[in-house]
Amino acid sequence: MKRNTRINLLLLLAVAALAVLPLALGLGDHKKEPFAGADAEAETAVTELDPDYRPWFSPLYEPPSGEIESALFAAQAALGAGVLAYYFGLRRGRRQGEERALARGEDEGRGSSPAPGSG
Amino acid sequence: MVPVSQETGQGASSIHEVLERVCPVMHIAEGFLPPAHAIAWGVASAPFVVHGVRSLTREVREHPESTLLLGASGAFTFVLSALKLPSVTGSCSHPTGTGLGAILFRPPVMAVLGTITLLFQALLLAHGGLTTLGANVFSMAIAGPWAGYAVHKLLRRWDVPLMVTVFSAAFVADLCTYCVTSVQLALAFPDPHSGFWGALGTFGSIFAVTQIPLAVSEGLLTVLVMRLLAQSSRGELARLGVLPDRPGKREAVAR
Repeated sequence: MKRNTRINLLLLLAVAALAVLPLALGLGDHKKEPFAGADAEAETAVTELDPDYRPWFSPLYEPPSGEIESALFAAQAALGAGVLAYYFGLRRGRRQGEERALARGEDEGRGSSPAPGSG
Repeated sequence: MVPVSQETGQGASSIHEVLERVCPVMHIAEGFLPPAHAIAWGVASAPFVVHGVRSLTREVREHPESTLLLGASGAFTFVLSALKLPSVTGSCSHPTGTGLGAILFRPPVMAVLGTITLLFQALLLAHGGLTTLGANVFSMAIAGPWAGYAVHKLLRRWDVPLMVTVFSAAFVADLCTYCVTSVQLALAFPDPHSGFWGALGTFGSIFAVTQIPLAVSEGLLTVLVMRLLAQSSRGELARLGVLPDRPGKREAVAR
């Protein structure tokens, strides 16, 4: 494996470890709902800090369930990942095409037309 | 995982729990800033976003070839702000992904890309909100990118290796976003006894602990993407001034 690839994989591994460690070590066990963002209880919270406060606006659209919400979050991540993958795939393809064109140009020697433009 | 965990005493609801409910994963929830604050943050953010739209259109007009990389930077923010990761405090939060775009295209452009991400989440995911959009844009799309960019520029001036500055910039951008959010919350909901500074201290210290591991993750992921970019888009990075311009035969062809 190339050194570059190895470093990239190590970076990914470190990120995964950082995400898994809190779970593996049970750092959320002292909570009622470990590793949850408790949106639903939001109203009580501000009442504790400021008893007079009432939220004055509610979301126009709310995902009907936690499943739908996670589906939408997954869609967001997938959309982003798709665009990133497209970008890197396109770049890689272009680079390979250029290298091939360059190699072909060298094979044909100097007399022939210069390396064709990038695709 | 332990399915049931014991409840630790009632009544004494710590500010930590309170914070978690107001601001479950970083963005301030819909309707949870008083109108005056919501409007003020909106007014503060608007010029940055307008300026950002202008520099974004200028960038696209002058360098149409950078549209793809712009899309990739926006996509990176999309992915990272959808990743809710567990943290050492036992709650979840997510990174912001704004450091990368700030380094590549300067912070004004990131103000636009960040706003798009926040709008998407506010409209479709009921995460964040329209009334709190101004405040959330200010923390995630303005303060974070500028802080990260400043760190990047400063460290580059001292000839720190590129990947170290990239890591630091992403780390600082992420952390700064959360610090600004705690300032916003402390301003809106000061502690009854110790006032603004008391609330800020508590909010800030909680945020810091939850967010530091995530900021590290964000730093590592940003370094990863920057390494891939340095392999695949050297010419582009040189044009944007991220990589030193090394006129070579390869780059000349690659353009």
